[in-house]
Amino acid sequence: MNAGLIESLYELLEQVTGFIYPNEIEIHWSILIVVYPYITGLVAGAFILASLVKVFNVKALQPTYRLSLLTALAFLLVAPLPLLLHLGRPERFYEILLTPNPSSAMAMFGFVYAWYLMGVLLIEIWFEYRHDLILMGQQAGFPLNWVYRILSLFSRDVSEAALAFDRKAIGTITIIGIPSAFLLHGYVGFIFGSVKANPWWSSVLMPIVFLMSAIVSGIAMVIFLYMVVAGVKKEPLDMRCLDTITSYLFYAVIVDFSLEALDFIHRLYESEESIKILAKLITLKLFMSLFVLQILLGMFLPLAILVLAKSLKFNDELRKLLYFTSAILIQLGIFSTRWNVVIGGQLFSKSFRGLMAYKMEVMGIEGLLTALALLALPFVILAVLIRVLPTKSLTDQASHAA
Amino acid sequence: MKRREILKGLILFIPAGGALRALASQGGPTVAGPKEGSGKPDAKVYDPESHYYGMGIEVDKCIGCNRCVEACKAENDVPQEPFFFRTWVERYVIKKDGEVIVESISVKGGARQPAVQEDPDVLRTFFVPKLCNQCANPPCVQVCPVQATFSTEDGVVLVDRDRCIGCRYCIQACPYGARYLDPRTKTADKCTFCYHRVVKGLLPACVEACPTQARIFGDLKSRASRLVRFTRMNRVHVLKPGLNTEPKVYYAQLDGEVR
Repeated sequence: MNAGLIESLYELLEQVTGFIYPNEIEIHWSILIVVYPYITGLVAGAFILASLVKVFNVKALQPTYRLSLLTALAFLLVAPLPLLLHLGRPERFYEILLTPNPSSAMAMFGFVYAWYLMGVLLIEIWFEYRHDLILMGQQAGFPLNWVYRILSLFSRDVSEAALAFDRKAIGTITIIGIPSAFLLHGYVGFIFGSVKANPWWSSVLMPIVFLMSAIVSGIAMVIFLYMVVAGVKKEPLDMRCLDTITSYLFYAVIVDFSLEALDFIHRLYESEESIKILAKLITLKLFMSLFVLQILLGMFLPLAILVLAKSLKFNDELRKLLYFTSAILIQLGIFSTRWNVVIGGQLFSKSFRGLMAYKMEVMGIEGLLTALALLALPFVILAVLIRVLPTKSLTDQASHAA
Repeated sequence: MKRREILKGLILFIPAGGALRALASQGGPTVAGPKEGSGKPDAKVYDPESHYYGMGIEVDKCIGCNRCVEACKAENDVPQEPFFFRTWVERYVIKKDGEVIVESISVKGGARQPAVQEDPDVLRTFFVPKLCNQCANPPCVQVCPVQATFSTEDGVVLVDRDRCIGCRYCIQACPYGARYLDPRTKTADKCTFCYHRVVKGLLPACVEACPTQARIFGDLKSRASRLVRFTRMNRVHVLKPGLNTEPKVYYAQLDGEVR
């Protein structure tokens, strides 16, 4: 038997306050399950930002369009990993695809994921890059030219009609993609929101709150990456783009905050059976992660910074610094949001009479190091993707150079 | 022997045999014993469709001896550590000022607890045995992504440990804290009503071990079962009825403080 687990459970037993059902001592969904909705949220948010360009024709956001798509892809590729590593029997994961239980929200993960990856994101990226891939396949030397040819699926047609078809295809896919992105992350919210046994999770607002916070985190991540990538490549930042994108971020944070406030007030006003233990939960267990990190540092402070940056006529450099700071603070806030949902929901007993404790492993497979590795991995993938797939269209670059 | 005597004997024997059979079938399910020579129970005779199991718990009869918990752990190879329970016993002490002190007596290694002292501040005190409620509308079965946990026709919720992927969604979905992850197999585990015993016509280990008959096991489909009688003779209540899980563990004399 796992001696380390037993030892840590004895330790946790000492930290229980009040009464809990004896089986509840073990916190089953660990830091990896915090990472999972955080990552899928970034995917959905980045994609929705990208679709603003194509569906709503927000031209100012064009410089971040490709970066948003690649960000979504990089994070999407990592999204199933925390789930897989968390399973007690990861070698049996395929059963969820072969014999899914139609009544289980979780069983739908494979299908939602596969649809989003292969039905939406990869196809949109392919159409977006087809022309460039053909051009690069012609220009690059061996063996890269073959990589590009394979990636372009050996397509060669660069006629105006073919390019027009590409644009049309992207438009259509984006229109399908928006509800799909909503589905991807709304669905993750539903996994939690549909657990009626857990009053901290069980809320019809949960999928919507997840979705809005996903949009917030995705936009903030693209801002962060856009500034970092431009810094690394020593390219100038498009300030019009940055101003527009941060405006969207501002509104998204406002909507997200309103939804969470509504959820909070609704619970408080209804004051159901669970209210006392939830009050203890947020004051005794989640004070730091909820009030300080999520609300104060992750929401109010970046909002204040954005208001300052927008209302006062700061110069470009100072605005950049302010935007960058708020993008990072928002990541911190949204990660705390995920933590408060996932871990917070497991820190009180379903007897509503006691609180448990969570002690994060450091080394183990469900520990801090694995979580950090999983959080770093998308950035590595993104670095590779950006190297292979330029974030600026080659034809645009050529016209600029001309 | 005269023909008349044989007929007389038959008239007496047939109804008597019928009555005996009816008596024998009370309380437990009818399962044929091992077939002569084969050494195996005849699987054909046990018909899950004709049973629907449940349990009654008479709260006032529980003396908090923890024997049910020990029997359960021994019978079902449940890890001995105090974090894994298919059944456990809670002690409630309700004070006059409304304070409620609850503890699980089973956590302390089954050590017998000293009795609550006569205390003028104590309003009432009692024990409540807990176990999987074998819900008719089980949220754990609903959420299992691979159908590893399922409801049997005879009303028991089981886990197929060869199929379970250890995602622990069922543990989150159970409102009663009745499930745990077996640290040896890394799969979900829970009370089975001692299904392996029940299909042979035996009682669950906890019921068998209870010295005060606080636990009553039976077949809800059989009018003659002890459980049906229990639900007829007592006003019964289930845990967390508002969640619509439709538990099949029925409590008599249940206090409103028990969740």
